[in-house]
Amino acid sequence: MEVFGIELSWLAVKIIQMLLFVVVLLISLAFLLLMDRKVWAAVQMRRGPNVVGAFGLLQSFADFLKFVFKEMIIPAGSDKILFILAPIITLVTAFGAWAVIPVAPGWVISNINLGILYVLAISSLGVYGIIIGGWASNSKYPFLGALRSTAQMVSYEVSIGFILITVLLLVGSLNMTDIVNAQAGGFWNWHAFMLDFSDPKSLILFPIMLYMFILFFISALAETNRPPFDLPEAESELVAGYQVEYSSTAYLLFMVGEYLNIVLMCSLSALLFLGGWHAPIDTSFQILPPFFWFAIKVVFMFFMFAMVKAIVPRYRYDQLMRLGWKVFLPVSLAAIVFVSSYVVFWGRPAVNLVGAGS
Amino acid sequence: MTDMTQIDDRKFTINFGPQHPAAHGVLRLVLELEGEVVERVDPHIGLLHRGTEKLIEHKTYMQAIPYFDRLDYVAPMNQEHAFCMAVEKLMDIEVPRRAQFIRVIYSEIGRILSHLLNITTQAMDVGALTPPVWGFEEREKLMVFYERASGSRMHAAYFRVGGVRQDLPPDLVSDLIDWCDQFPQKVKDIETLLTGNRIFKQRNVDIGVVSKQDALEWGFSGVMVRGSGMPWDLRRSQPYEVYDELEFKIPLGKNGDNYDRYLCRVEEMYESVKIMQQCLKMMPEGPVLTEDNKVVPPRREEMKQSMEALIHHFKLYTEGFHVPEGECYAAVEAPKGEFGVYLVADGTNKPYRCKVRAPGFPHLAAMDYLNRGHMLADVSAILGSLDIVFGEIDR
Repeated sequence: MEVFGIELSWLAVKIIQMLLFVVVLLISLAFLLLMDRKVWAAVQMRRGPNVVGAFGLLQSFADFLKFVFKEMIIPAGSDKILFILAPIITLVTAFGAWAVIPVAPGWVISNINLGILYVLAISSLGVYGIIIGGWASNSKYPFLGALRSTAQMVSYEVSIGFILITVLLLVGSLNMTDIVNAQAGGFWNWHAFMLDFSDPKSLILFPIMLYMFILFFISALAETNRPPFDLPEAESELVAGYQVEYSSTAYLLFMVGEYLNIVLMCSLSALLFLGGWHAPIDTSFQILPPFFWFAIKVVFMFFMFAMVKAIVPRYRYDQLMRLGWKVFLPVSLAAIVFVSSYVVFWGRPAVNLVGAGS
Repeated sequence: MTDMTQIDDRKFTINFGPQHPAAHGVLRLVLELEGEVVERVDPHIGLLHRGTEKLIEHKTYMQAIPYFDRLDYVAPMNQEHAFCMAVEKLMDIEVPRRAQFIRVIYSEIGRILSHLLNITTQAMDVGALTPPVWGFEEREKLMVFYERASGSRMHAAYFRVGGVRQDLPPDLVSDLIDWCDQFPQKVKDIETLLTGNRIFKQRNVDIGVVSKQDALEWGFSGVMVRGSGMPWDLRRSQPYEVYDELEFKIPLGKNGDNYDRYLCRVEEMYESVKIMQQCLKMMPEGPVLTEDNKVVPPRREEMKQSMEALIHHFKLYTEGFHVPEGECYAAVEAPKGEFGVYLVADGTNKPYRCKVRAPGFPHLAAMDYLNRGHMLADVSAILGSLDIVFGEIDR
């Protein structure tokens, strides 16, 4: 059966897939949020949330209910439509990027060939939520916060883009599944640690790609407004930046969007650099289903995000810009030169794996 | 003078406070920004004004003491100390030796309380969220020591004219010794998060630079001058109590920036612990208040026996003691700088005038000068390193 040229059974399958993604993401987000707070508390020698449910396991759900039942205050001077639209944009774009993220072989909503490009495009759109939110509030602190986050996210997207290009050069495809499959076999094939001793030439990639992995992690921190780059919502300067005027569900949407972006960045680093769903050592039998390997890597990256938040102070605005444009950009450009010359002269290390994929 | 026709309308004016997480209480700064760069800072004070100086004029000398707890409420006993010293000077009272040691110990506890709060919240002002929680654990222990000596965690009212209210319980002394042994390690832990941290350094080195000349012209004191490299500490330059018998160093900065002041405070905490350890060792047995019952209430058991003691007690707690006519200035090295009390007595039981010299006031007055040309984020960093507490500034 077809409606407007769309096959209904296909549509039904896709809708179920999307729902599954959304539900699983939101539930895991609730516990990741708790983990964030627990890690933070442990570093500070506190207990963290431990009242709602056993070990505070239900804390996120309690917070969710609290936000939903609160009164939403829309400032009188604000642009009401944009004010409400902004958090929705943030949330939608945060979910949208997940359409191309494969969490296990074949477990992906849309296995398009331009996977990474799509993720980049969508996450660039995410800035609009913050800009519009800061502008529509018609208040000074949110306005400054929005200005800062615009400059910050634009600058770090540039270096993230270049870092991604080094990975793409090695794989030769923009398709996420291809990128993951190129890292099969063991952790020495992962892009973060190129340690394939059977091919000594490829060892020169190891320092470059490890450095790219670290740069990607730091850029991801900046891209998601996490400390030490949380300038748009810097508490000691801008109180809460673009979120100052937001309350209740609108604030919740911003929060969920922000954490979804963090998890997205974690899964991107897992997919691009840590071999996605592949086990660190390829054994003949499966110790864990592929999805769990992917989840473990994402949780590990999220743990790193949480630790950074607990430890570091915050950069100043000009220092942040200097780091982005004067350090990350030249370094990632140089890495592209090295990696592309490697690919031109000695070929791709994983070239035979690509092309066979879907 | 600004020409009204040429006012630059591109300037962005924001209110920093009074409801602001980095305003350290109830400070209100009106900031004029050009983009992120600060053009002008206008500190507004008075939101915590309680009229302390006027109130003291209507209280007997003993009733005035608790008001000093509420000035710099981060290190309460240091303020009481200055007032008690002023009255003792006017009345020419000798403080018993044990009381002098107890006063020094508790003044140093106050210094550590204040510096711990300051360096950790300054770290929070530049975005590090963990140091405050680590530091507060030690502050909590120190407040318990306050409570065990005076019965109150913050507003102690422990120092009295002529000594301190009560002797320390014996196990408190041994607990203090134990605490002194473990504390330096805790400071080192906090230092691992901050002292060598690249971001912390980038945020503080060369920010808010105070030259020696500026420090003199603005009337700075305490860490604000020592951070600029001037060896000025009242504990050394005009020793009071038993400070001249104790061995301690005065840490000095070099560049007079935020980072040097941070380092000075950290070093001062180590030195304070050494002072406390020496005091705890050297402290003799003996009375902790003068025996003069015209100033100090008689002991309880004495009151049950002697009519005279009962009369003394009654007179002291109704009328209070009379201070001979005269005026004097007494100052202590409070954690934030020179805390002075200028007292005019007219021979009655109440001060005629009590002027409080709060160290934070001139520091805050220099906010505009210190911040010009810095960025918005530096405002909170500089504010943090000035060590502002509004209780003493607004009074």
